[in-house]
Amino acid sequence: MRNITAQAASAASRPAGSDVAVEVRGVCKMYNEVEALRGIDLDFPSGKLTTLLGPSGCGKTTLLKIIAGLIPATSGEIRVNGKTVTGPGPERAFVFQDFALMPWATVMRNVAFGLELKGMGKDERQAIAAKYIAEVGLAGFENKYPHELSGGMRQRVGLARAFAVNADVLLLDEPFSAVDEQNRRKFQEDLLELVEKEKKTFIFVTHSIEEAVYCSDRIVILSRRPGRIAQIIEPEIDRSATPDAIRRDQGYLDTVEEIWQGLKRYVD
Amino acid sequence: MTYPVQANGSSRAVPPSEASFFWRKLSEHRTALWRLASVGLFFLIWEIAGRIPISFAFPTFLETLNAFVTMTLDGSFVAAYAETLQPLVIGIAVSAVIGIALGIVMGLSRFAEWLVAPVFIVLQAAPMAALIPLITFVYGIGLVSKTLAVIMLALPVIVLNGYKAVRNANPSLVAMCYSFQGNLWQRITKIIIPDASPVIFAGLRLGLAAGFIGVILAELLITPTGIGDLITYHRSVANYAEMYAAVVSIILVSTLTLAALEAFELRVLRPEKKRS
Ligand SMILES: Nc1ncnc2c1ncn2[C@@H]1O[C@H](COP(=O)(O)OP(=O)(O)O)[C@@H](O)[C@H]1O
Ligand SMILES: [Mg+2]
Repeated sequence: MRNITAQAASAASRPAGSDVAVEVRGVCKMYNEVEALRGIDLDFPSGKLTTLLGPSGCGKTTLLKIIAGLIPATSGEIRVNGKTVTGPGPERAFVFQDFALMPWATVMRNVAFGLELKGMGKDERQAIAAKYIAEVGLAGFENKYPHELSGGMRQRVGLARAFAVNADVLLLDEPFSAVDEQNRRKFQEDLLELVEKEKKTFIFVTHSIEEAVYCSDRIVILSRRPGRIAQIIEPEIDRSATPDAIRRDQGYLDTVEEIWQGLKRYVD
Repeated sequence: MTYPVQANGSSRAVPPSEASFFWRKLSEHRTALWRLASVGLFFLIWEIAGRIPISFAFPTFLETLNAFVTMTLDGSFVAAYAETLQPLVIGIAVSAVIGIALGIVMGLSRFAEWLVAPVFIVLQAAPMAALIPLITFVYGIGLVSKTLAVIMLALPVIVLNGYKAVRNANPSLVAMCYSFQGNLWQRITKIIIPDASPVIFAGLRLGLAAGFIGVILAELLITPTGIGDLITYHRSVANYAEMYAAVVSIILVSTLTLAALEAFELRVLRPEKKRS
């Protein structure tokens, strides 16, 4: 495990390297009188999975939506691949916490929806969607409607939809929060496989310490509102081991414990 | 989806037999049977009430049925509805187009809401039937007046439902469409309208029901034509069975039209609801 909080601060001031997918520079966010984020400076390395971890209400969703271009920052800026963000763009795709699936559309249409909006022809987009439906493990469910699926399966549909538009950066807001514990572990393992396979930059919000340590290359810990960066940790876990071995690994357990010690002061 | 599991469970507990098969078939159609039974009970009470009789102007169910069949066969219903449905169809079509469009615009723009919503809220609360003689005063006794009567009754509820539905469109789906770079037109046609369609259609159904009231009122108050004329005429010559048959035919026609509208909605806009 490596604590790189100090290095990150200096990294923020150096010119952007090609290995940085998303740069967050001096981002503040006010919701009327409520200060949600204060002075966030962050780099998200490309091809890695970075987690935003912090107590409920600390501004994780807010930061993710600002990166997505769904809401504007009050001050500061976001650059993706060196270009300043002014709204949603094709190089980013969002996976919503509440899935945001259209209840009147089949799994196939939901997954292909990003491509449908781009004006791609039906056959072409369905071929692409079918590939990602299979990749997230939903082959055979193409013609089901969302209400016929479990919470975990719905979130896989949301994930497949984000993969289908072939964005460089995937933004996931608590993707496992509506999934029960057993399916959650399976889903985490599947997600890690997909991260390996898709070679994309993942930014992932969670409030589960174990989940963050298990999944991430880098963990950004936010303090309680107004959200600021409290700590940046790289767990450096050997991912060649089996999932169960990782969960028993001393390094893994130590990292979980250290983060918990750091976060404890934010819990009443 | 869980049917087979349940079926297996019960067949293991109780060996399947002809009788249990019969009951299962029966319970599948239970709601339909209950509906039939309640309609049957209603007709029975009607028949009894007619035979007591509670009023000399109140025919029995069988007399009414007889009149209904006669009037269907001799073509008087066909002729009457050809006339009645004209202002109704035009009025509903105009109300649907204007109402849904206005509702969507009001749902999307605060300015349009501020400008238009109060008008329809007042119109919906106003006793429209009282205004029908006023229309006659301005537009005479022709098709225009009757169509206007239909629109006046049908439009407010269609507009207000459309507007509420659009205003309450699922914000998470709207954000989803925006995040995948959907433009305004795509947002309206692919997300907001399908999401709002159950409430818009509820408005259309209420509007259609109100439109039926409007056209009948117009035919009774403005000039006796179509089905309104049938009612007025048979009342004046004391053919009460025929008069009631005409009233029943209105209920039948409006119920069937509403059911057709619902079937259209399920088929075209919300296919997922058919399967649940
Ligand atoms: N649309 C909004 N209007 C006003 N306040 C908001 C809004 N969205 C979030 N907030 C506030 O901003 C803070 C951060 O919210 P959020 O980013 O959703 O936190 P998290 O995702 O970490 O739980 C919370 O205190 C919340 O109440
Ligand atoms: Mg959140």
